[in-house]
Amino acid sequence: MTRLMTNLYDSSKCTACRGCFTACKDSNQLPAVFDKSYFGGPGNGTYDSKDGDTDANTYMMIRFNETEDPVDGVRWNFLKWQCMHCMEPACLAVCPKSAYTKLDWGATFHDEDKCIGCQYCTYACPFGIPKYRKHTDTVTKCTLCYERVAEGLTPACARSCAPGAVKFGYRDELLEEARIRVKFLRANGFPRATIYGETELGAGTNKLYILTDTPDKFGLPVNPQVEGNTVFWQDWVQPYAGWLIPLALGGSAVSFVTSRVVANKNEEHGKGGHA
Amino acid sequence: MVDLKNTDVALIMGSNMAENHPIGMKWLGEGRRVRGTKIIHVDPRYTRTSVVADLYCPMRSGTDIAFLGGMINYIIQNKLYHEEYVKAYTNASYLVADGFDFQDGLFSGYDAAKRTYDNKTWDYQYAEDGTTILKDPTLQNPRCAFQLMAKHYLRYDIDSVVKITGSPKNKYLEVIKLFATTSAPNKTGNIMYAMGITQHTVGSQNVKSFANVQLLLGNMGRPGGGINALRGENNVQGATDMALLFHIIPGYIDSPMNTAAQKNLLSFVKAVTPGAAKVPATNMAEFRAAVAAGIPNSGFKINTSKWVVSMLKAWYGDACTEANDWAYHYLPKRDAAKNYSHIAMFEAMYKGEIDGLFVMGSNPVVGGPNANKEQAALTKLKWMVSVDLWLNETSDFWTFRAWERPHGGTHHTETFEPKDIQTEVFFLPACAVYEKEGTAAQTGRWVQYRWKGADEVGQSKSDLWIVDQLSKKIQELYKGSTRPEDEPLTKMTWGYGHGEEPEPINVGLEYSGYFVADGKPIAGGFANLKDDGSTACGNWVYCGQMATKPDGSLLYKPQKRDNKDNSKTGLGLYSNWGWCWPVNRRIVYNRCSIKPDGVTPWEGDADRVLIHWDPTNVSDPTKPDVVGAWVGDDVCDCAKTAPPDKAVPFLMRPEGTGCFFAAKGSFKEGPFPEHYEPWESPVKNLMNSQAVNPASKIWEPDKKGTTADYPYIGTTYRVVEHWQTGALTRTMPWLAELMPNMFVEISEELGAIKEIKNGDKVIVSTTRGDIEAVACVTKRIKPFVVDGEQQHMVGAVWQYGFKGYATGDPANRLTPHVGDANTMIPEYKAWLCNIRRA
Ligand code: SF4
Repeated sequence: MTRLMTNLYDSSKCTACRGCFTACKDSNQLPAVFDKSYFGGPGNGTYDSKDGDTDANTYMMIRFNETEDPVDGVRWNFLKWQCMHCMEPACLAVCPKSAYTKLDWGATFHDEDKCIGCQYCTYACPFGIPKYRKHTDTVTKCTLCYERVAEGLTPACARSCAPGAVKFGYRDELLEEARIRVKFLRANGFPRATIYGETELGAGTNKLYILTDTPDKFGLPVNPQVEGNTVFWQDWVQPYAGWLIPLALGGSAVSFVTSRVVANKNEEHGKGGHA
Repeated sequence: MVDLKNTDVALIMGSNMAENHPIGMKWLGEGRRVRGTKIIHVDPRYTRTSVVADLYCPMRSGTDIAFLGGMINYIIQNKLYHEEYVKAYTNASYLVADGFDFQDGLFSGYDAAKRTYDNKTWDYQYAEDGTTILKDPTLQNPRCAFQLMAKHYLRYDIDSVVKITGSPKNKYLEVIKLFATTSAPNKTGNIMYAMGITQHTVGSQNVKSFANVQLLLGNMGRPGGGINALRGENNVQGATDMALLFHIIPGYIDSPMNTAAQKNLLSFVKAVTPGAAKVPATNMAEFRAAVAAGIPNSGFKINTSKWVVSMLKAWYGDACTEANDWAYHYLPKRDAAKNYSHIAMFEAMYKGEIDGLFVMGSNPVVGGPNANKEQAALTKLKWMVSVDLWLNETSDFWTFRAWERPHGGTHHTETFEPKDIQTEVFFLPACAVYEKEGTAAQTGRWVQYRWKGADEVGQSKSDLWIVDQLSKKIQELYKGSTRPEDEPLTKMTWGYGHGEEPEPINVGLEYSGYFVADGKPIAGGFANLKDDGSTACGNWVYCGQMATKPDGSLLYKPQKRDNKDNSKTGLGLYSNWGWCWPVNRRIVYNRCSIKPDGVTPWEGDADRVLIHWDPTNVSDPTKPDVVGAWVGDDVCDCAKTAPPDKAVPFLMRPEGTGCFFAAKGSFKEGPFPEHYEPWESPVKNLMNSQAVNPASKIWEPDKKGTTADYPYIGTTYRVVEHWQTGALTRTMPWLAELMPNMFVEISEELGAIKEIKNGDKVIVSTTRGDIEAVACVTKRIKPFVVDGEQQHMVGAVWQYGFKGYATGDPANRLTPHVGDANTMIPEYKAWLCNIRRA
């Protein structure tokens, strides 16, 4: 098996400059879409873009989580938010058109040519990452810059990070580095520092985080779960989905799932399926 | 910047470094990695810099002197200072004149009517000869600078200070204790600041407070030490070096005035050379002889006449001779009674005293203080030339949108209709930095040449081309004139290459300096400059950046790109990467990096020694009898062959030492920093009965807001997503997307009082105007408890205007026309305002 390659994001080094955010948009040629009435997330009081989630034109972003407690006072936890490239991706499991494949070095690759925009993946994803893009009638997400990696380059985000908060390399090496770093952080003012992505969802994810606090302080699910019915999808619906869905879109079948799909096709949306 | 990695403790104060200087921040990260650097952040707001700091302490805007004064007091009272350093390298032991006094916020010599000081008594005690300064090496004499300082700051005890600054006492003490650990001989601490320190009526004295702290702790002139101004923009350093300020000529020499006392070159150099006023010379030859013989208490600036004459020679060539007083009469003289700073210029413009204005790389309608007034001032001009990448708010100040103001503002602001504005506006499209060549000097004085990265867009031109054409056209218009008053133009040398595009290297040669006889660069630096017309040098501090290669061509050192660190102990000097003024010295005052004897490193700090005394070294083979020299990885900041007891560490000071007591005219408001409140402040001064800095210039006394109408502290700042006035970044869709809207930040507490929710539209008002903005209600801003009462702060990003994709009202419509007493920098950072839902 090819050695896994991944991104390691160290929240203790990130200054939330959002160079990675811009580099991602540049590299993927994603348009800026902005809403003049917007500032931060509603009721949020922080610097999140949009409402703090990926969307059709934003594969990755920095999330700003404000926390306060009597001991540490105010903290502002930054999190680089994008597809986690799970080792056992739920999106891949549910996709009726097999648009997802796992590349041998670790990226979860989504083939837009195969995608029919049904968004089952969005609902199945424990992080709600893939987002529907209306004009292509597909979902979109972070590609781990597989094309750049194929050319021997690092992903755009890692390339742009001045403080060295984002790194790209072999997963085993980065994990080792992360362990040392977490040990250091725990001894230096961050007793709850932890690695995220090593074992989450069982097999772990192919994006690794060093967090200075527990995952909930970063808006991450502490114990992410793939919804139980994903298995049902995989075993029962997927084999038939190829013909079921076109029918559904044609309006001839009425079912819980398919009606949801039709509704969701009406607009691009920024929220994950679990919101 | 690289040197930041050598520091043990970094104090970031009045700067949001992580946001505004992300690459500099990287070197602190490296320090953390290699030596466990601790980072302290002191700021009114919890910012992205606070996030990466080890220790954050809030402080009410405008109370830096109280904060640092308490630190100075704590260090002295607890004997935490670096005693050997203080005794050897500072003026701590110097006795101060008996007439010097301080009472209730005023130093001796104050004239309340003129709001100025007569600084006669701000001097030392001298021996019979009138020049030897009396000292007490034991630091016990109550009139020595050290004891006077100790007494001055005795009032700044911890409790009194936190009452003023609103800092939590435990955090404040933690900051002091952590930073004071750097007084250990094997530790150094670095202070980094930006506009949060300078943009106050006491900006210069804020920086002076840093100097006192760093001298006490023995942190100046050592790797990982120092006081580092994080410049607001790349090459601001270069612009200052080239005298882009009204009170200096290139190389930080006071600019000449139109007074009788400066009527000719001799009187001018007597006035600007420290200690030279009393030199009896009646002509330049006699003055030259006096300089050669030595002038007491002059310091290295004794050479000023050589720098001035060489500059005149560079500017006027053959028309600059001994016979015509080296063309001194060609130099423009400023009116001694006038002030030409930014605020003053716009006040004069507003009164209709100025006809025309060139605005290059500047956008005062967004960036200027009291922007409503400054925008109105532009309507009084006959013409204005705007040079920029885009049509910005200033070049479009006359359009309809420029005069839109929020509905329901609390008071009337002057607005105009385009048809009523007579100013003729010209716009010249300029190249971006990547589309042109030339040098930029950064915060650490490194001068780096940058080659062109992309072709210019459309008809845009480099600034150099624009200035070159302008100068050539003006000279053409005056061609053939025989009028003596036109001579400054007709006799001016001008010629930087033969093509249409001027050659930056030729400009570089002029300010680096050359021998008049053969035009060859003065590679040896400014020690070779003469005031007899044999050398020409446009800017003495840059002298030596150009040399001759073996093949006879020019070696332009800022173009060097050797990324090998020449420091044997890995300090990151990179002396062959670019060039650093002066004389490629990477760390100034580096004489302090070793003990006074010049051979013993500070205990446990051998790795941070930059230079040392080698008693057997013959530095100049042509003078074999001169034995002994300073050697090391950096260029020594003392006389090369002066033995350790003579090699003073602060060459540019007349005293040769670092100064706790800033004598004579060093500062307008006194030799020691004293706390005064900002011009507009919600509280009275708890340290003395003066409200504002007694020497500051108040332009609009009637515009002073009071707490009755404007109860909250206002301050301004930038965000990483936008650059300065936003002209570059608000036109960039991806950046506009990140920060699309003008916003102000308030605490949850103030939000509750004013019933403002996050995302609400609000109106912020001062006596100068109103703006509309989106409210960001955040935990990162907290009220300050000042003298037992809660004081709230409204923080406003100042980078928005009506052009580009990301738009909003300029926060500077709120800020006042009042400035620092020395530099006139506006007090952007602390004023009074009110806020309500729109
Ligand atoms: S570029 Fe690096 S420091 Fe900047 S936001 Fe991204 S991860 Fe954080």
